[in-house]
Amino acid sequence: MLKLEARAEPSRAMAWASPVIALALTALLAAALFAALGKDPLRGLEVFLVEPLNGRRALSEVLLKATPLILIALGLALCYRANVWNIGAEGQFLLGCVGGGAVALWLTQQGIVLPRLAGSTLVLVGGMLGGMLWAAVVALLRDRFNANEILVSLMLVYVAQQLVNWLVFGPWKDPQGFNMPQSRMFDASVLLPPLLERTRLHVGVLVALAAVVAMTLFMFRTYRGFALQVGGLAPMAARYAGFSARGAIWTGLLVSGAMAGLAGAMEVAGPVRQVTPYLSMGYGFTAIIVCFVGRLHPVGVVLAGILLSMLLIGGELAQSRLGLPSALSSVLQGLLLLVLLACDTLINYRIRRVSRQAPRSAA
Amino acid sequence: MSATATQTSATPPRLELHGISKQYPSVRANDAVDLRAQPGEIHAVLGENGAGKSTLMKVIYGAVQPDAGEIRFNGRTVRIASPAAARALGISMVYQHFSLFDTLSAAENVWLGLDRGMSLHEVTRRIGEVAHSYGLDVDPARPVHTLSVGERQRVEIVRALLTDPQLLILDEPTSVLTPQAVDKLFVTLRQLAAKGTSILYISHKLDEIRALCHHCTVLRGGKVTGEVDPARESNASLSRLMIGAEPPELKHQAARAGAVVLCVRGLSLARQDQFDVDLHDIELEVRAGEILGIAGVSGNGQQELLAALSGEDRRAEAGAVLLDGRPVGGHSPRQRRREGLHFVPEERLGRGAVPTMTLAANTLLTRTEAVANGGWLRTRQLTSLAARIIERFGVKAGGPGAAARSLSGGNLQKFIVGREIDARPRLLIVSQPTWGVDVGAAALIRGELLALRDAGCALLVVSEELDELFEISDRLVVIAKGRVSPSMPVAEATVERIGEWMSGLWPGGPASTAKGTAHAEA
Amino acid sequence: MNETALLVNTALASGTTLALAALGLLINERAGVLNLGAEGMMLVAAVAGFAVALGTGSDLLAFGSAALAGAALACVFGVLVIWLNTNQYATGLAISLFGYGFSAFVGVGLVGKSLSERVPFQVPWLADLPFVGPALFRHHPMVYVSMLLAVALAWWLYRSRSGLLLRAVGENPEPAHALGYPVRWIRLAAVAFGGALCGLAGAYVSLVTAPLWVEGLTAGRGWIALALTVFATWRPMRALLGAYLFGGITVLQLNLQAQGVQIASHFLTMLPYLATIVVLALISRNAAFIRINMPASLGKPFHPGT
Repeated sequence: MLKLEARAEPSRAMAWASPVIALALTALLAAALFAALGKDPLRGLEVFLVEPLNGRRALSEVLLKATPLILIALGLALCYRANVWNIGAEGQFLLGCVGGGAVALWLTQQGIVLPRLAGSTLVLVGGMLGGMLWAAVVALLRDRFNANEILVSLMLVYVAQQLVNWLVFGPWKDPQGFNMPQSRMFDASVLLPPLLERTRLHVGVLVALAAVVAMTLFMFRTYRGFALQVGGLAPMAARYAGFSARGAIWTGLLVSGAMAGLAGAMEVAGPVRQVTPYLSMGYGFTAIIVCFVGRLHPVGVVLAGILLSMLLIGGELAQSRLGLPSALSSVLQGLLLLVLLACDTLINYRIRRVSRQAPRSAA
Repeated sequence: MSATATQTSATPPRLELHGISKQYPSVRANDAVDLRAQPGEIHAVLGENGAGKSTLMKVIYGAVQPDAGEIRFNGRTVRIASPAAARALGISMVYQHFSLFDTLSAAENVWLGLDRGMSLHEVTRRIGEVAHSYGLDVDPARPVHTLSVGERQRVEIVRALLTDPQLLILDEPTSVLTPQAVDKLFVTLRQLAAKGTSILYISHKLDEIRALCHHCTVLRGGKVTGEVDPARESNASLSRLMIGAEPPELKHQAARAGAVVLCVRGLSLARQDQFDVDLHDIELEVRAGEILGIAGVSGNGQQELLAALSGEDRRAEAGAVLLDGRPVGGHSPRQRRREGLHFVPEERLGRGAVPTMTLAANTLLTRTEAVANGGWLRTRQLTSLAARIIERFGVKAGGPGAAARSLSGGNLQKFIVGREIDARPRLLIVSQPTWGVDVGAAALIRGELLALRDAGCALLVVSEELDELFEISDRLVVIAKGRVSPSMPVAEATVERIGEWMSGLWPGGPASTAKGTAHAEA
Repeated sequence: MNETALLVNTALASGTTLALAALGLLINERAGVLNLGAEGMMLVAAVAGFAVALGTGSDLLAFGSAALAGAALACVFGVLVIWLNTNQYATGLAISLFGYGFSAFVGVGLVGKSLSERVPFQVPWLADLPFVGPALFRHHPMVYVSMLLAVALAWWLYRSRSGLLLRAVGENPEPAHALGYPVRWIRLAAVAFGGALCGLAGAYVSLVTAPLWVEGLTAGRGWIALALTVFATWRPMRALLGAYLFGGITVLQLNLQAQGVQIASHFLTMLPYLATIVVLALISRNAAFIRINMPASLGKPFHPGT
């Protein structure tokens, strides 16, 4: 019979192999699912893993969707490493849309035309502030009232959704919009400058890359980053060292709120160009999965972000190619995370065969 | 064979182990161990930390299965597959770190420890009976978290006795008792043995074994190195069996105490948790070039006092704690380190070091020399710092890049103590310096502490091992019920006096002003 | 019906989902396991129950299969967390995310379908009493089931030996293991039971409250139930009370909307979520109080044999 045996040291090799193994296992499970639904398993896998990478246009779409995922997941990685469980990134993303949208709408309505870089930067800053504000509520309640940040941040997601709804059905409704729940379209001067011709890519991709570098340096090369990680790994050691637990809470939440808000602002100042109730494809929640698949590491997050972006696109394709609902993508995402968590056990444990027999007497 | 255990040659031994072996991934915990215990015999299992005693007991108690070997109980070969099976045979165990549930009452705890059969009401009645017949004072209705450590042990013992055991195993029972309570325990154990119960007594305390036990099996490195009658042995000969040499001698220089470095006055703190202890008006002084030892049974306020001194608890008034005359009561741990106050906590993994991080990274917990302006980390400096500590203090590890949890207890302790000593502190506070550490490492650590003292540092050592405190301290105080006794030079201290003081019985202490002497027992 | 009686009636009906889920999670947490997958379990069970009701027309079968579905998903969680020692927070979240996606995927064909008309249930004779009748005795049987469950669990937890054992395991699994109790199996049983109750809670929404199926039907009730267990300091009767109070808030929101109160409907919809936040803040403020009442091993992994 098989037994789990603790390793003396966590296996670094397994830490990086685990997501790969998890992906393979998930692919197997997905193939079985396709077969059970009466679809060709290989074709199914192709739709999710191959088609999204087919061609220049497709690749740009993958990068486009990956950008917000990577940004949000970077912030969450820092947060989770500090043992602060911000689950409400979705809400902070929406508040980023609102904050960025507010700036964009004000500039548009006032008729202020700035150079594109300046305009879009203001929008992005507005988004970051919006996200930070929303996360600050969570931080305050955790700091002052010891309220569990998981539940508070989640409740705020629902509140944020209603807030956006109210805005687009009410004060921000486009007077020329045929009573549709959407805001005015933003003036071109506040949109993010494009990056590549004939694609929808914008400079947000570069911002995301810069964020990856910055986060890597912060996490692994600064004292503050070290302190945050100790807080997550061994809270008593952090207390012993004198690292402030309160500081960790505020830093983690404000940074992840800012990143999520930034992603939200990029979404409205990018491809969408207005505020609608359909801004988020669940980016805030998918980003959580990106975070774990990426090992809470900035570089891993980039790779995982691309992978999950492919799954999201695959879901959209699945409707036309396979006749399957796009919710399939959510199923695969959840499955991937579950399988990954199971595979992660192998980082700290080894599987051994143990034979059940009565001990023999010594000679 | 011992003459005090009465049996005829026809009665089989209560317990016989033949060739018991158990292999763990990195160590052979038990290697062909033989052991024999007669009915009514108090049998000691002696060995230093890491010798394999705990594993052997787990085998006997059914918590662990041996890889090889045979167990015979009352002459019959048995296979003890689980603790329930052990209990069915009549084997009962009293744990070192008690297996009690804090929020439940003593009676409920005992009830859960017995297999089905009796109702809670019956159990409560039986507890009263057993406690009375053995002179153990146990109140069945009190929630366990309100009990002192000694009282908790009594609950454990009563629970074991209620099963009417043929074999009782006690794992390091005296590490949490005052000397007086130890005597009472011995009376109970002798009473039990006289009724025919066999007792396995696990310990590393040579004096106790020689005073109490009829027979002794010595373990070293998983193997049996001897089977002796302790009454006929000396500490030196037992030590030779236990560690292969005589107990190491420490070099003592006379203390040359200088100016007062740490001055604590009027330190009072309310407890933060219902399980904690209030601190009342603590007063103590430590001078440069001397070691002040704090003795006391665990649970009397040591954790709370240490947290207030290290800065993990900053609620104290600024002036209640003075370092070189400067008030530091409200300072954070980092500020205190900058002023020269360093601390070695009693928990190694999880508090003194982060288990999954490397030794190099772990130096950052308390040493900031490698942090540049702006918070940048100089990784090469971290590595060389760790390497220096590893070399100077003889830490056996896979290098500065080894994960903290890959080190043995003794080596990790050497690293942590070394990390703080290397910082050249003005005041070093150490809690349980050699708990769970093998004899060699323990001697090295104590030697380093003495050397640090000779170099002019002030040291404050909290320990539950009286022997250790007597060995390295210059002066002693006792902490009991959140209060600290006046200090006395170690030359004037005796075990009996310290034992009394551990119950709060110093002039002006908590027990002498308490409303009754019922609480005088630890 | 009398206005107030109607209010009480609706609060009870509305709070039943929360009550069932909170009771299940409470048992879960008493054993020391924190299951953040409540929302996912409720959704999967809701869609399962709805599908079965649609196919068979039997409430009993529908609720039964919902309970099974919830328990099954909970067991997946349980095996991962208890035997493989995966991170409890992350695994629970994964279950919720998976449950959300899976229920959405499976339920695509059920959107827009409706169940056959249900005969409103009444307790004979008692339902005709003034005020008390409409308030208390005109409910779906599941409402009464949840009340009985609360009473039964309260008794079991504090007066039986097995309930004591569960509390002990949640308090400190090490000594329980040392005493020879199968800690992991006990925890799995608690987790499965919690999942079954969450399943009933989810089915109540899709079969009684709504009754229909759309993606994300439960709208965060699973998370609110998690907050409720803290609010109830892990005691069954308090959980029941808290659930009904929350049910009252939901009703209040609907009433205010109906009365044309001059606040945008969106803000009224926010009420239950804001109320949860406020409740959490108030109850958690006294950290020591929480620590005393919380099962001490909640959320911590258990490694036997160390």
